[in-house]
Amino acid sequence: MPKIEIDGKTIQVDSGINILQACELIGIEIPRFCYHEKLSIAGNCRMCLVEMEGSNKPVASCAMPVADGMKIKTKSEFVKKARNGVMEFLLINHPLDCPVCDQGGECDLQDQAMAYGNGISRYFEKKRAVKDKYIGPLIKTHMTRCIHCTRCVRFGEEIGGIEQLGATGRGEDTEITTFLEKSICSELSGNVIDLCPVGALTSKPYSYIARPWELKKIDSIDVMDAVGSNIRVDTKADKIMRILPRINESINEEWISDKTRFAYDGLSSQRIDKPFVKNNGRFNELSYSELFLILKEKFSNVKKSKFFALIGNTVDCETIFSFKHFLMKNGLYNFDCRQDNSFFIPKDRSSYVFNSTISGIDETDLCLLIGCDPKVEAPILNARIRKRFLNYESQYPVGKIGLTSKLNYESIQISNDSSGIEMLLSNEHKFSSYLRKAKKPIFIIGQGALCNKNAEKIFYKARELYDSLNIEENWNGFNILQTFSGRTGALDLEFYSNENVNKNTDFLENIYNGSINLLYLFAADEIDFSKVPSTTFVIYQGHHGDAGANRADLIIPTTCFTEKQGIYINVEGRPQISAQIKSPISNVMHSWDFFLELSKYIGSKLDYKNLSELRELMFSKYPVVKNINKIKKNKLQKTKFVRTFNANEILKSNISNFYMTDVVSKNSKTMAECSKMFLAKS
Amino acid sequence: MTSSFKEFASDSLQPKEFSFTAENLREAKIVLKRYPKDYPEGALMPLLTLAQKQSKGWLPKKAIEYIASFLKVSEIKVLEIATFYSMYNLSPVGKNHIEVCTTTPCMLRGSDDILKVCEKFLNINSGSVSKDKRFSLTEVECLGACVNAPVIKIDQDYFEDLDSKSTLNLLDCLAENKTVKKGSQIMRRGTEPVRRK
Amino acid sequence: MLKKKDIIFENLYRKFSPYLSAAKERGDWKNTAKLIKQGSNKIVEIIKESGLRGRGGAGFSTGMKWSFMPKKKSREHYLVINADEGEPGTCKDRDIIRNEPHKLIEGCLLSGYAIQSNTCYIYIRGEFGEEIEILNKAIEEAYKHGLIGLNACGTGWRFDIHLHLGAGAYICGEETALIESIEGKKGQPRLKPPFPANVGLFGCPTTVNNVETIAVIPTILRRGASWFSSLGKPNNTGSKIFCISGHVNRPCNVEEELGVPLKTLIQKYAGDVIGGWDNLLAVIPGGSSVPLLPKEICESISMDFDSLKEAGSGLGTAGVIVMNKQTDIVSAIRRLSEFYKHESCGQCTPCREGTGWLMRMMKKIELGDFIPEDLEMLENVTKQIEGHTICALGDAAAWPIQGLLRHFKNEVLLRSKKHYVA
Ligand SMILES: Cc1cc2nc3c(=O)[nH]c(=O)nc-3n(C[C@H](O)[C@H](O)[C@H](O)COP(=O)(O)O)c2cc1C
Ligand code: SF4
Ligand code: FES
Repeated sequence: MPKIEIDGKTIQVDSGINILQACELIGIEIPRFCYHEKLSIAGNCRMCLVEMEGSNKPVASCAMPVADGMKIKTKSEFVKKARNGVMEFLLINHPLDCPVCDQGGECDLQDQAMAYGNGISRYFEKKRAVKDKYIGPLIKTHMTRCIHCTRCVRFGEEIGGIEQLGATGRGEDTEITTFLEKSICSELSGNVIDLCPVGALTSKPYSYIARPWELKKIDSIDVMDAVGSNIRVDTKADKIMRILPRINESINEEWISDKTRFAYDGLSSQRIDKPFVKNNGRFNELSYSELFLILKEKFSNVKKSKFFALIGNTVDCETIFSFKHFLMKNGLYNFDCRQDNSFFIPKDRSSYVFNSTISGIDETDLCLLIGCDPKVEAPILNARIRKRFLNYESQYPVGKIGLTSKLNYESIQISNDSSGIEMLLSNEHKFSSYLRKAKKPIFIIGQGALCNKNAEKIFYKARELYDSLNIEENWNGFNILQTFSGRTGALDLEFYSNENVNKNTDFLENIYNGSINLLYLFAADEIDFSKVPSTTFVIYQGHHGDAGANRADLIIPTTCFTEKQGIYINVEGRPQISAQIKSPISNVMHSWDFFLELSKYIGSKLDYKNLSELRELMFSKYPVVKNINKIKKNKLQKTKFVRTFNANEILKSNISNFYMTDVVSKNSKTMAECSKMFLAKS
Repeated sequence: MTSSFKEFASDSLQPKEFSFTAENLREAKIVLKRYPKDYPEGALMPLLTLAQKQSKGWLPKKAIEYIASFLKVSEIKVLEIATFYSMYNLSPVGKNHIEVCTTTPCMLRGSDDILKVCEKFLNINSGSVSKDKRFSLTEVECLGACVNAPVIKIDQDYFEDLDSKSTLNLLDCLAENKTVKKGSQIMRRGTEPVRRK
Repeated sequence: MLKKKDIIFENLYRKFSPYLSAAKERGDWKNTAKLIKQGSNKIVEIIKESGLRGRGGAGFSTGMKWSFMPKKKSREHYLVINADEGEPGTCKDRDIIRNEPHKLIEGCLLSGYAIQSNTCYIYIRGEFGEEIEILNKAIEEAYKHGLIGLNACGTGWRFDIHLHLGAGAYICGEETALIESIEGKKGQPRLKPPFPANVGLFGCPTTVNNVETIAVIPTILRRGASWFSSLGKPNNTGSKIFCISGHVNRPCNVEEELGVPLKTLIQKYAGDVIGGWDNLLAVIPGGSSVPLLPKEICESISMDFDSLKEAGSGLGTAGVIVMNKQTDIVSAIRRLSEFYKHESCGQCTPCREGTGWLMRMMKKIELGDFIPEDLEMLENVTKQIEGHTICALGDAAAWPIQGLLRHFKNEVLLRSKKHYVA
């Protein structure tokens, strides 16, 4: 451990870090533009210069590894002059358009110019003007502002995994662009907006609509996929202006997907704000008392076996629990949370979560994808796999059973159908040799495999393969990749009928064949409505009108996830709380209040009176939900032997369009534009 | 003094296709062997040079795409290279591409006049192609033949120890498709000391 | 004065064929196997003893540089020859390549062996059409005669030489930019550390040397370290090729001992300054990147690393650019500023932004469109670039202007049309 002296203070630091990092350790801030912790070191902006004893030139602290005995000064006149000079160079060709720049107020260049600049300009030549580039529907460019730090280029190469941005030309004529101004096509492209230290790359949807100091900033959790990325939501007058990532090293590091960032415009259209009833094919508004009357009538007349309830994919735990509680109090046990009827094992958490955890991917030595396309199902998690792939000492083996989009790391296609598992078991495929060597492998079983007819067999065959490996003790890399933010919570809260699961009933079939008279959909839009008989009375409770509301006979409004606090459990089984961003719209109740009111009306009694009691009740029944931000490790349960089966059905992801996976993203104009732009091609 | 051949040619000039001729494909494979197996990108510059030769002195968009897929690198990487190095052109040059060195050592010995002679003779400005497409003219930085200044380069060949007269003579010959004498125009061997006439 | 018998590059003026049989007559490839059999450590020792300093511009001890290569070979080692000669005023490597290619090739083998490298890349300027052709042919000859290849000179040592052609970028002469370029990237200098001797070409230990440095290796090994170090001056040993261009009657290349007086070079070899010695204004002694010297200093300066450094300039590549009194010196230096602006790789801020700024200021000064204070600012901007960049191109852009302001400030001031107004 080298000892170094910084500004007269001696510290001992890990070898391998650079001077800039060492300075940060003791709270000395070093200005920088090109350096970014998560990217390779470019050392090109020269803003981080410091004085080093023994060197007559200032050194770039981001690019200089610490060495024993180094003496560093960060505040000397020498350093000040050096930074001052660099700052001047950066500004000579930078437009002075801060008042009309979207980065204004949160611009590194603006801030550092105040802190390290001269104040006056000595440059009287004509400033360089650079043509703006078209790089797609999400990112707006103002290339004259670019300071050539190459963060965006490095992000594309190193994290995003698509090399589309580059710096062409040389010298002062260097320009950041894409080849022939093609659009950047990556699920993570929006991150370059955050990375750009100036206003050269800005958000198209956010352009010119707000200034940073007008915004209210709220920390929250993303619900667009099951990863649970940590986000910050910026609002103005109760309206979402933009969504940014928050750092969480265990989950999303500091990235978010384009859906997380840009789908929010879907929140403001198709909002269900009143109860409606369908009469002769037309929806008529209802008062709550009229609504309750109809519901009471429906509930008292339905035979328990003819009732079925489904809960949607992006629902918070409180809502799921209150719905379930309400149903059970009314003697209704026929419900489920799996509109896709995907396979899992009741009460066995290891059968439906990502056991290795997301950050655990960093330790793995092999990855096998089974019916899973992480790049579209969970781009953030995919970025971890890619990171592992890049950091691995030798070739990181990635095997694929089933079809995927074009992954941004190399992989070996083992088979398109599930037969690959047996091939691997019997060492008939070259990938077996990697498997046999693996100590900390991960298997990722996707919903593409688990919604298959053979799901159970595939699941247990995969277990058989996993169990046959020579795996390090205490390592659990048998992962299930959920694709929806509400699913793990619903499974944890046992929002399913044990009887159905045990008997392996195809409840969807029952819905379609008319065995169900009263179907209660809570924000569930993903079943095949064309197959639901017209004789079935459909209640749809939700916040946004889509397929479910269209088919409904009765529509009940409820608050949207931005209008309430709610617990979501991510793929790893980690409960997190999403924040209330705005107040509910008038006349729309939270689900738990609604069920309370409704119960009073129909004469049943619930065991809670308000949200905090609801939570207490939920925590006492389901303690896993309580451990906010924590993960309980799961052990794999006993497995079952399955015989060889005919496995010729091709496995493919349950997500066919990354940009549209729930009512909000489906109603987002931005997402619609992206799907149009990118999906035709791939 | 950025080369004016660094902007993409207009779409009407862009060919629809590009692929290596059989001979160049063979050459490309030989080139690849010069670089370690896991660093085929090393061949990027030589292959671009080859493609430029095949397309008569410039790189169409299709050639950039072709090289990218040939080496399995991104198109933007290839474009970066094609725009960074000044010998690659992105728009057509004349049949005789004339490059006049005007850096200080040549300048001291009259390269500005040489450039003017060329402009006048060809009736074009530096950085453009003559109407009949037989000539293009551009200024370049030091060609590395300073003791033989002033120097111009036409395609692969250097012409040295020039003055206005010999330059005119040279251009005349080219215009009339006569053979030209390469190298020194004052009959000196290499860089030996010779008093000028 | 270099004696005829001590001349290394006998064929500097193209009197003879560059190819193998003629080269052998000049002594190339004689007993090469024996030289190799001394062992690599011994070769490095001899080169250290000879005092040879790199001929590419920086003048770093060649033997010392070689000794930075890892002693134990765990990966490929690469020898890379810098034949990107692009420094204005310099055209010596070109002569070696086209007239004495076998000295270079033999030097590659011996130097490669010394640093335990089996593979050598020669990075040659793409513009050098004829030189590339000659060198290619010479390499083919060497392969054909078993001088290099699987069993070089019968020693059992495998040695391959590949050519990599540049494509017009002065910056690729900087050794790490050159490495990037061979890897198929833009020629942008790397951050150091790590140094090429640890992580160089394709991630492997690499030594980059100039053509001239390598081409003199065989002769040093044949004639001995003390022969070489007897030439020149202490710490500035041996002979070297000087390129004398600009306002002289007989511009030429010439091999002379280090330490030769500049005046001798100009008068004896280059036929004196046009208009006579007294018509001399200034000389840039080491390629465009070093500060110029006014006539007073030229009277007595000797051409070696240390003397020129002491005089506030440098030997650089020994490209001597002579300017007589008819020279518009501001214009000459302005043209160099244009060069550096054009050749900046664009990677680091001070160079990318600063070189353009310098050029624009120089253009204004050339036109007389400035006030005296502007010169202070100009100097200040050069200082803001110098030492703040990733590679030495930033310094190279700053120094010619600093030289101008140091020695010709009054002349520059006189140009100001605003002088009296302000
Ligand atoms: C901008 C720049 C350009 C350079 N150009 C050349 C060149 O054309 N040829 C060369 O041999 N060295 C050049 N050098 C020096 C090399 O970086 C390196 O020092 C040299 O090749 C080492 O060889 P040597 O030790 O044999 O001199 C250049 C350096 C810089 C900073
Ligand atoms: S000094 Fe100039 S040439 Fe060198 S790295 Fe910086 S920008 Fe590139
Ligand atoms: S932060 Fe170190 S050079 Fe940019």
